[in-house]
Amino acid sequence: MTNSRTVRALQATAGMIVLAAIWQIMSMIFPPFLFPPVPEIVARTIEVLTTGSLLFDVLLTAWRIFGGLFGAFILGGILAMIIGQSKTAENFIAPVLTFFQGIPALSWVVFAIIWFHGIEFRVLFIMVMTTLPAFTFQILDAFRSMSKDLFEMTMSFRPRKWTLFRFLIVPTIVPGILTAWKVNLGNAARVVVVAELVGATGGVGYQLLRQQQLFDMAGAMAWTLQLVLFVLVVQQTINAIEAWALRYRAVSERAM
Amino acid sequence: MIEPVIRFKDVSKAFQRPDGRGDFVAVDKLSFEIAKGEIVAVLGKTGCGKSTMFNIVAGLTEASSGEARVVGHDPFREFEFFRGKIGIVFQGDRLMPWRTALDNVMLGLQILDTDPKQAEATARQWMTRLGLAGHENDYPHALSGGMRQRVSIARTFAVDPEILLCDEPFSALDEMTARDLRAEFVRLVRQSNKTAVFITHQLGEAMEIGDRVLVFHRPARIAYETRLTGADETHRKQAHDAIMQVLAVDPTPAKAAP
Repeated sequence: MTNSRTVRALQATAGMIVLAAIWQIMSMIFPPFLFPPVPEIVARTIEVLTTGSLLFDVLLTAWRIFGGLFGAFILGGILAMIIGQSKTAENFIAPVLTFFQGIPALSWVVFAIIWFHGIEFRVLFIMVMTTLPAFTFQILDAFRSMSKDLFEMTMSFRPRKWTLFRFLIVPTIVPGILTAWKVNLGNAARVVVVAELVGATGGVGYQLLRQQQLFDMAGAMAWTLQLVLFVLVVQQTINAIEAWALRYRAVSERAM
Repeated sequence: MIEPVIRFKDVSKAFQRPDGRGDFVAVDKLSFEIAKGEIVAVLGKTGCGKSTMFNIVAGLTEASSGEARVVGHDPFREFEFFRGKIGIVFQGDRLMPWRTALDNVMLGLQILDTDPKQAEATARQWMTRLGLAGHENDYPHALSGGMRQRVSIARTFAVDPEILLCDEPFSALDEMTARDLRAEFVRLVRQSNKTAVFITHQLGEAMEIGDRVLVFHRPARIAYETRLTGADETHRKQAHDAIMQVLAVDPTPAKAAP
């Protein structure tokens, strides 16, 4: 297993090296304001990470992503539990969430700017509204996939509602929750940049806007990479949590 | 007169057909009584309504009409009353895949708010009794079918229920494993003087386990009944032949109920 992991890591690294090499060749053909050399992008990326005031913008964006996702997760979880237990509630709530799903992220940005004054609340609102439907539906799917056999078995001991939730429902929906976080993390990273680009005075999106005004491609790449690195780190963290939480699952050697 | 532990009087259960074409009657005016300490085997073809009767006794389904009583109480409406009183061994092991074998055995005890140390000690004791020592930390996928079913039996016995309901618990196992587990199961039930209802579609199993055998026809109603406690070989042979004849004329089609 360790060997296959190493091979996979090497393959992923090789892919990135090829991408960087292509970019470097492009930088030799085109002017630096279109394709800055790779070393310059790396230097700028490190600069952002090591300069306190710049790093603050990265952390601000990270905080906004987590805040938005956490808010949507809690709200989505509650809605999923309500819908899961009441057909009437589903009839009321599900169409509204589907309607929300059809609204573009940029529209939510415009609504937030018109409705609210506080920047942080605007961003939080946008993040929650854009990720809420996906969280709700994914948790609901996980809840509905609960095994009837395990439900009946647990009920045979006559559990109280909280006990049933703790011993059966939570472990059942954990895989769905982890998948929902992984899927929504990528969406949230994209949406937060749009939100910051239009309606914020700090964060990665705001910095990207500045680089565009300065026509600084190396800076734009460096700030973009901050977001990519952030998503990769969080994805890996979720993967590690998933590997621990779902360690009970049997894996066929063929599937490795 | 001593109140029977389980009493069914004219119990019927009908389900609405999924296609909306009226109702499907699974249990039809079923009446029987089971006394304390009795092991009753319920025999019938697949789809004859045994499991529906089982679910009514377990309180998982409500009877459409008639009176179903367990120790004088309604098992469906008085759901809380039966906490820790009824133990069920299902057809499949129904182990929680995310729990280790020990945690699975502890499940019922945890639900019944048993002190954690006491729960673990009891669970370990039952695992040892059922030959599972050394597998406490194994997840279900790492256990064989027989071991998994042993874990599920340990889970049921650990809460020390007064009444045991078993729905074809050994039907998915190979004959050798099933025979060993059956013998172990009967020994445990007799030792603890529990009342048990054992559902099966295998005649040999019913006659091996039951003090009494109830044979069901579809929709679930008693077509034949015989007591085997203290029966000699001749009586057993006669009962066996009679049951074979009753099963042969059962109109139950070879398909499961919807």
